[in-house]
Amino acid sequence: MSDMYRDLILEHHRYPHNFGTLDPHDVSQEEHNPLCGDRIRLDLRIVDNKITEVAFSGKGCAVSQAAASMLTDELIGMDLDQVRQYGKAELLDLIGLPLDKNPVRLKCALLSLKALKVGVYRYLGQNITTDELD
Amino acid sequence: MIKAPFDVATIRSQFPILQLPSELPVAFLDSASSSQKPEAVISALADYYRTTNANVHRGVYQLSEQATFEFERARGLVALLINATHHREVIFTRNTTEAINLVAHAWGGSNLRAGDVILLTQMEHHSNIVPWQLIAQRTGAVLRAIPIDSQGRLVLDDIDTLLQGVKMLAITHQSNVLGTINPIAELTRKAHAVGALILVDGAQSVPHMPVDVQALDIDFLAFSGHKMVGPTGVGVLWGRKALLDAMPPFLGGGSMIKTVTIESSTYADVPARFEAGTPMIGEAIALGAAVTYLMDIGMANIAAYEHQLSAYLIERLDEVPEVTWYGPPVGADRGAMAAFSMTGVHPHDIAQILDGEGVAVRAGHHCTQPLHVALDVPSSVRASCYLYTNTHDIDRLVRGLSKVKQLFG
Ligand SMILES: Cc1ncc(COP(=O)(O)O)c(C=O)c1O
Repeated sequence: MSDMYRDLILEHHRYPHNFGTLDPHDVSQEEHNPLCGDRIRLDLRIVDNKITEVAFSGKGCAVSQAAASMLTDELIGMDLDQVRQYGKAELLDLIGLPLDKNPVRLKCALLSLKALKVGVYRYLGQNITTDELD
Repeated sequence: MIKAPFDVATIRSQFPILQLPSELPVAFLDSASSSQKPEAVISALADYYRTTNANVHRGVYQLSEQATFEFERARGLVALLINATHHREVIFTRNTTEAINLVAHAWGGSNLRAGDVILLTQMEHHSNIVPWQLIAQRTGAVLRAIPIDSQGRLVLDDIDTLLQGVKMLAITHQSNVLGTINPIAELTRKAHAVGALILVDGAQSVPHMPVDVQALDIDFLAFSGHKMVGPTGVGVLWGRKALLDAMPPFLGGGSMIKTVTIESSTYADVPARFEAGTPMIGEAIALGAAVTYLMDIGMANIAAYEHQLSAYLIERLDEVPEVTWYGPPVGADRGAMAAFSMTGVHPHDIAQILDGEGVAVRAGHHCTQPLHVALDVPSSVRASCYLYTNTHDIDRLVRGLSKVKQLFG
């Protein structure tokens, strides 16, 4: 358990990075988890296929909010090809939580990744395959 | 301080899962979701497979006769528990959900017309909402819900208006989130006065208190074995014989027929008409053992003990200022459970930290999304008790909540 709430998660939950919204933006995608009501909105500014600015807002458990906060730090400067490569394994590595045996909480952790993927694919005018989100 | 009408330590010793050797024994506070099972039930299930296993109502041989006898005896025990006038009024289903679907489709499908109203409440479990939506879509019937007040009680001021045009009042006896115990006898009188029937979702009441279908004068009652120290896979629909007799089948197949030709069939009498296919024989027999276990302790005794647990739970939660609990204040119309929120901490985080402290609670919407909309929270944490719960379990919950405060404070 304490692993689950290691200091970094609590720190990001308390003091989230890049919290807010961007106006104007190139991508604004909101996702939510109807099971627990977690909500993440992710806004991006994109210049020459590169993410130049990012902000998230939302409400929910410490895991969903802290994961979003950590993810936004990663995104600045990333190009969209890299975003397409970036997946669940990378995110779990980033947040460092043992969620393999906890599918319910895994959904919390992956909510911001879902917003990112859905938003960027839509921006690119491409279809997203669902296994990319699972 | 709490004086149980039975020895809680002895009760606990009868539940193998509460005896598991562990450095961190579990304080199990999720009985509203599914209860633990005593040895008597576990061995009834195993004994059936060891000594009696055979299909029922079919074989002419000894084993099948024995299995049939035990299966029908379980039906009789269930009838005794709820004071049904006849054991034929007891239909075995998979669970509460299937029992409600059975009524919605078999009764609703042949009795509901366009514009007829099905009256629910804002505190229903999804299993007492969705089946009615499905039949409403098919028949053109419409749904309406009795609202709740800020204390989680039904608002009955406008009940006469709400009941206009109603053909079925489908209502939970005890809310699985608020703990509210609804005034079923009074609502039954009002429903019958306008010619409506009443179906009671007894998933949270039958396990915890005496429920007498004749005294309540209701028409249908649905409940689940797994929430009343019985096994999963078996539930009950009780219905008035005359209503059941007039209802067409729900599922078709073996066991539910009298005669079959390629073109058409005639159907068996109740309860067989509603028990298509090979039933959950072992589970029903084990449910019979669960009923015996509960009746030996006494439903009134269980209710009296849980009433004290309910008061203790609320009293202890009140010591944590960050906690907001939902539902009515402690009293005769509140069961031994509490759904709550904590300022600044999401229910999932609370449940996860409690789990680390060995306290098992549930977090989420508990299959009551419309209720959570009314409460204006997306989800909540729920601690729920049963006859084996002791004050120590509740103390551990409250200690766990201090840990939550410490981490998130
Ligand atoms: C009030 C209520 N109704 C219905 C149900 C559904 O029970 P089951 O899942 O056993 O069908 C439950 C349990 O989750 C409940 O608490």
